[in-house]
Amino acid sequence: MGLISKKDAKLITDPLADNNPITIQVLGICSALAITAELKASIVMAVSVLFVLGIGNVVISLMRNIIPSKIRIIVQLVVVAALVIIVDQVLKAFAYELSKTLSVFVGLIITNCIIMGRFEAFALANKPWQSFLDGIGNAAGYGLILIIVGFFRELLGSGTLLGFKVLGDPIEKTGLYAIGYENNGFMLLSPMALIVVGIIIWIQRSRNKALIED
Amino acid sequence: MEHIELFFKSIFIDNMVFATFLGMCSYLAVSKKVSTAVGLGAAVIFVLAITVPLNWLLDQYLLQPGALSWLGEEYADYDLSFLSFIMFIATIATMVQLVEIVVEKFSPSLYNSLGIFLPLIAVNCAILGGSLFMQSREIATLGLATTYGVGSGIGWFLAILAIAAIREKIRYSNVPPALRGLGITFIITGLMAIGFMSFGGMLTGGDDEVKKEDTTAQVEAAKKIEETKALADNTIKVIE
Repeated sequence: MGLISKKDAKLITDPLADNNPITIQVLGICSALAITAELKASIVMAVSVLFVLGIGNVVISLMRNIIPSKIRIIVQLVVVAALVIIVDQVLKAFAYELSKTLSVFVGLIITNCIIMGRFEAFALANKPWQSFLDGIGNAAGYGLILIIVGFFRELLGSGTLLGFKVLGDPIEKTGLYAIGYENNGFMLLSPMALIVVGIIIWIQRSRNKALIED
Repeated sequence: MEHIELFFKSIFIDNMVFATFLGMCSYLAVSKKVSTAVGLGAAVIFVLAITVPLNWLLDQYLLQPGALSWLGEEYADYDLSFLSFIMFIATIATMVQLVEIVVEKFSPSLYNSLGIFLPLIAVNCAILGGSLFMQSREIATLGLATTYGVGSGIGWFLAILAIAAIREKIRYSNVPPALRGLGITFIITGLMAIGFMSFGGMLTGGDDEVKKEDTTAQVEAAKKIEETKALADNTIKVIE
């Protein structure tokens, strides 16, 4: 634990639960909902945000003393946009099909409020190493919710996980389908993402009463 | 006709909030009161109506593969589309800044009502999303791009107005404590999105119905033929 002190470790673990970007800070909802119909897309999105937020936080933190505060939003946008272009080009080169599924949502990482929010709230006032940990922690908290939502939507919606038919084959009636189980196609439609996140928030807040709003 | 169709499509069927979940952050954060929601909604319409056509011009004459051919033959096979994110967001950020300065100068009262929301808008994903969807759906003309911008803005405005009104009323209801605030808002938005899905058939449904009528008409015609045949058979029997 030479590099990571107790205080630093808290930077990573806090956003995973009690200060989660999606369920508590209400940041970065748009992309969280739109691309979670498949687990694979959710994982790729989580990794992309992890990359952009981790590096972006370090870059902003390194420049924090030379950015004039009046134009800081434009500077931040340029840093994020440059990082997102890298992600987009890499996805197009190595995972073309997936980049088609994600369509404009890769570009929308630029305006993902998580990123701007962490730049404003943390990177502009802290050292690069702490900013890096904060970035990783928040992106992980975001990715966690994304993966949970993606898991349930793909499992209940199409009976697969990462494309594998874990519940049996619906056409040949094997596995669960043999006893009359049906896929709930409704889970694949976008409104269900909202309701699933709503339920996650409900569960989290009933377990931790301190988070309840009045 | 094309304009009207795109206009209604962008308001109801491809509603920014309910169909593509764009601008959710400000949608959730600023929807506690109807008056502030109206202010932000108006600002979004305004900015979308300006930035979508502007970015359309950028896309058409600078970024698309072959877009630079107006400079001369040797530029014809340049493809700068990988720069579109950075160009779009720069346009949006500058436009928002410009609009803020102009509005402050010429209409202080409008500035006071929109003022706080304008800087927020630069990072509203609905704005960038509008431009990106404009690009990926290959909208054909500048006029259509403007229609699309205004339409999506109005769609977003309607959504935030509706949720703000519901949240003002829901304060008097007995919501489970753990769902209060954010949780119930999510679930209501989900239900509203299901409601908005019913608009899905608005533009395509017409064609389907015509086909259905055709088939029912055919079935009925076939039945009639059978009936007349049966009648004829009966009459023949009776005659015999």
